[in-house]
Amino acid sequence: MSALFRFHGGIHPPEFKALSNGTPIATPPLPARFAVPLSQHLGNPAKACVALGERVLAGQRIGDADGRISAAVHAPTSGVVSAIGPHAVAHPSGLLQDCIVIDSDGLDNWCAPSPLPNWQDAGDDEIRTFLRDMGVVGQGGAVFPTSLKLGVNTLEQLIVNGAECEPFISCDDRLMRERAGEIVDGIRIAAQLMRPRTVLIGIEDNKPEAITAMRAACAGSGFEVVAIPTLYPSGGAKQLIRILTGKKVPHGVRATDMGVQCFNVGTLYSLKRAMMDGEPVISRILTLSGDLARPGNIEARIGTPFAHLLAWAGIQPDSEGVIMGGPMMGFDLPSLEAGVSKASNCLIAKSRALFPPRPPALPCIRCGECASVCPAELQPMDLYWFAKAKDLGRAQEADLFDCIECGACSYVCPSQLPLVDFYKFAKDEIWAAERDKKAADRARMRHDFRQLRLERDKAEKAQRLAARATPAPASSAAPDPDKAAAIRAAMARAAEKKAEDSHAPAKTPLSDDAKRAAIEAAMTRAAANKAARESAVSTAAAPGDEAKRAAIEAAMARAAARKAAQGAAAGAEAGATPVAMPASPSQPKPAIDDAKRAAIEAAMARAAARKAEQGVEVGAASAAMPSQAKPAIDDAKRAAIEAAMARAAAKKAERDAAQKGDN
Amino acid sequence: MHAPYIARPSTVSVIMLKVLLALLPAIAVSVWFYGIALLVQLSLASATALLAEAAMLRLRGVPVAPFLKDGSALLTAWLLALSMPALGAWWLIVVATLFAIVVGKQLYGGLGNNPFNPAMVGFAVAMVSFPAQMAHWGMPHGPLDSAAQLAWIFSRELPAGLSLDAISMATPLDYLKTQLLLGGSDIASLKQAPMFGHIAGVGSEWVALAYLGGGLFLLQQRVISYQAPLAMLAGLTALAVPLWLWQPAHYVDPLFHLVAGATLLAAFFIVTDPVSGPTSARGKLIFGFGVGLLIYVIRVFGGYPDAAAFAVLLMNIAVPLIDQLTRPPAFGKRKRTKKAGQHA
Ligand code: SF4
Ligand code: SF4
Repeated sequence: MSALFRFHGGIHPPEFKALSNGTPIATPPLPARFAVPLSQHLGNPAKACVALGERVLAGQRIGDADGRISAAVHAPTSGVVSAIGPHAVAHPSGLLQDCIVIDSDGLDNWCAPSPLPNWQDAGDDEIRTFLRDMGVVGQGGAVFPTSLKLGVNTLEQLIVNGAECEPFISCDDRLMRERAGEIVDGIRIAAQLMRPRTVLIGIEDNKPEAITAMRAACAGSGFEVVAIPTLYPSGGAKQLIRILTGKKVPHGVRATDMGVQCFNVGTLYSLKRAMMDGEPVISRILTLSGDLARPGNIEARIGTPFAHLLAWAGIQPDSEGVIMGGPMMGFDLPSLEAGVSKASNCLIAKSRALFPPRPPALPCIRCGECASVCPAELQPMDLYWFAKAKDLGRAQEADLFDCIECGACSYVCPSQLPLVDFYKFAKDEIWAAERDKKAADRARMRHDFRQLRLERDKAEKAQRLAARATPAPASSAAPDPDKAAAIRAAMARAAEKKAEDSHAPAKTPLSDDAKRAAIEAAMTRAAANKAARESAVSTAAAPGDEAKRAAIEAAMARAAARKAAQGAAAGAEAGATPVAMPASPSQPKPAIDDAKRAAIEAAMARAAARKAEQGVEVGAASAAMPSQAKPAIDDAKRAAIEAAMARAAAKKAERDAAQKGDN
Repeated sequence: MHAPYIARPSTVSVIMLKVLLALLPAIAVSVWFYGIALLVQLSLASATALLAEAAMLRLRGVPVAPFLKDGSALLTAWLLALSMPALGAWWLIVVATLFAIVVGKQLYGGLGNNPFNPAMVGFAVAMVSFPAQMAHWGMPHGPLDSAAQLAWIFSRELPAGLSLDAISMATPLDYLKTQLLLGGSDIASLKQAPMFGHIAGVGSEWVALAYLGGGLFLLQQRVISYQAPLAMLAGLTALAVPLWLWQPAHYVDPLFHLVAGATLLAAFFIVTDPVSGPTSARGKLIFGFGVGLLIYVIRVFGGYPDAAAFAVLLMNIAVPLIDQLTRPPAFGKRKRTKKAGQHA
């Protein structure tokens, strides 16, 4: 038996677990309709990969993981995709999110299971991809994609979290009592992949049956089941790691960096089901408790509307709203039409008797009770004070972001202060401010980019006028030394301008909406002019906005192509690499975030590359057929597509950079 | 309603009620030794405090009922009444209470916002403004019966044949101090005076023990934590012991200091005030120790016979600094965030 450690603070709220932990896990009948959220995990939402009206089978992938930090989602039953789009989800904001709605055909036909039988020999990447595609995510609350935590690794301790410290919730308790064997299989997989020196399974001592079941299942495995004192929030990952290993993983440090990793029992169970049985995550254990006729635990299919489950469990007429999650950290469900997600661990029907309203709040009397129970070892009254005064800087300095929002401070506060609400508010404010700042930075980058383009367009127009004036062969592919020189001059000017801008950010007119609008108008005008001039020869101006826009885009694309061709020619002439883009013309101001700069440069480079590519094709075509009527339309289409692609690429680059920035 | 949806049924009123309860033994012992005068003072202070609090709340446009119910005004009134001489004139306690509530508490923003302990503000104002009135303390089992005490408090009338000196006395602390200043005698012979009991004053030492009992009750109820009281007593002892060992004839023994005057009242009921004290455990230790040192210094070397009020008020000033210096690091962090200390 390992020696146990203590974390600071903690509370003993009434448990209310007996309400729901006495009966075996039940399986309610399937509903007629499921709403499967595309975002059930931390990171990018999954991308729907089924079409409206498509027939799906239970376990069939209906949403692909989008990028590294993401996970797939699967059809919870067989049926027809009846809607893809915004739908109510279990989120405190009450905002709609994209869901795939499936009308059940009542047959519950499954697709063939796809286990990873040779996982022992599989590479790190293969396992990651597999888990991501099976939609395995953390079920303890954070729904972090498990694929990212389960890399081949060497750990000191692997922590299995069966603490389940929140009142009312008993889904892990029942899971451990009834399916300990499969959990332990999951632990075996994780242990084999991560090669920890020890595996410690922490279970609060108010769950003796679960402890016995897990001990029996662990017999001979070398895994140690540790009964830990019941003390909220011992089930917090950081707290459990502390209790079992003595290690304190500070905010902003990865547990693996300290040689320890923590998995919830439900996660390991679904990991086993995915790896060994080939069953993606389409159900989870969920506690139904509170003001219900038949509280208990169920195995709920993902996407099952909460209303269906609550009706099944006999929600009482006097109940007043439903809590998603536990009473300490949960939130009011904004809509019962939302579907079960991988994060849904508990539904509590509220009643006045169970949750009497709190007395009115009084001012903080600095009693320090909150600090004495805070597991993050913060001074909650200081945070409260700063948050209330909207002094966000000092709130952050007082380690606001170390707060795990466990609610222990609010629970004990004699002044009845809703402390956690203040912390959430302050965090939201800080995030919003950061988003605004990021948006402003992006706007500035876009502005710089646009300025550059504007300059080049102007130079180009001058070129063209000059070219028209001299009766020279009007082939854009044919380089003209004068022209090339002029372009280089224009580029240099643009570069100068950009350098100036970045040296004097105060002067950047990004906040000046009128100016920006004017520039945009000018650009549109220029583009329209250009389009008009070019299409005058080839196509009759088609009526309708669509045609006009296509024409404009085509014109722009062609202009870009010509430019690229010219650039290439000029570069060849100068004996240098093609100057498709004046990359970071002068030392940019060091204040500019490196990641951001890299992002804009990448985006510009990518756009330029695409343009150059395009230039080869289109340039060649236009050289061969100087004035063709029909291809203009095809060009327009292609140009539009390519423009969209460039936009997407730019967006992606930005996102990558943002992610890099976050990590 | 937001998470957490459940809360411990502890409220400010419950806390205040427990503190009031913890004062009852001391009140009972006082009445036993000194008569009903104290009850009169308690009533006067309570009524004044509640009226002043209500008036100020209304003036500030704050809902009156929930704040009156919190019990904090009543507690201030009781602590003040227990600190003041029981035979003081009625207006003395009224003025002190008004100051405590209006200036010491409400003008700073009411409950939770006062940097100074309101009861000690009231006491200090009375002490500075009316030193003569504050020097006359009742005698244990003195010559005044209940009616005579009432008459004396409200109309300053004494029964025929009794003078002020016959009904009141200096506190043992005061007595020792003045006698030592006059020079001549040493502690041992001074303590032969009839006002001295086993440890400190006859009667007052029992009251002090009742405060100790109340304090232990509050500790057991976890209404207060041990740090501030323990540190205060330690601070006092830290100065009392060496000086007493050095010159026992001039410096009274540490035990006397621990029991005499307002020491134990301050230790368990004044330095434990959460609002005007520091919040962290280390902060409370520093705060309490400082109060203990200051009490000794002011008692022995200062101009006032007792010192708890001034010591506490002085240390109240230091609380923001103490809080800033003792903020513990967050979970897993070695130091608190760097910049935090600079302008917290
Ligand atoms: S528990 Fe409430 S009243 Fe006490 S210090 Fe914390 S916030 Fe203030
Ligand atoms: S909610 Fe935050 S501040 Fe409050 S006790 Fe939990 S971690 Fe500490």
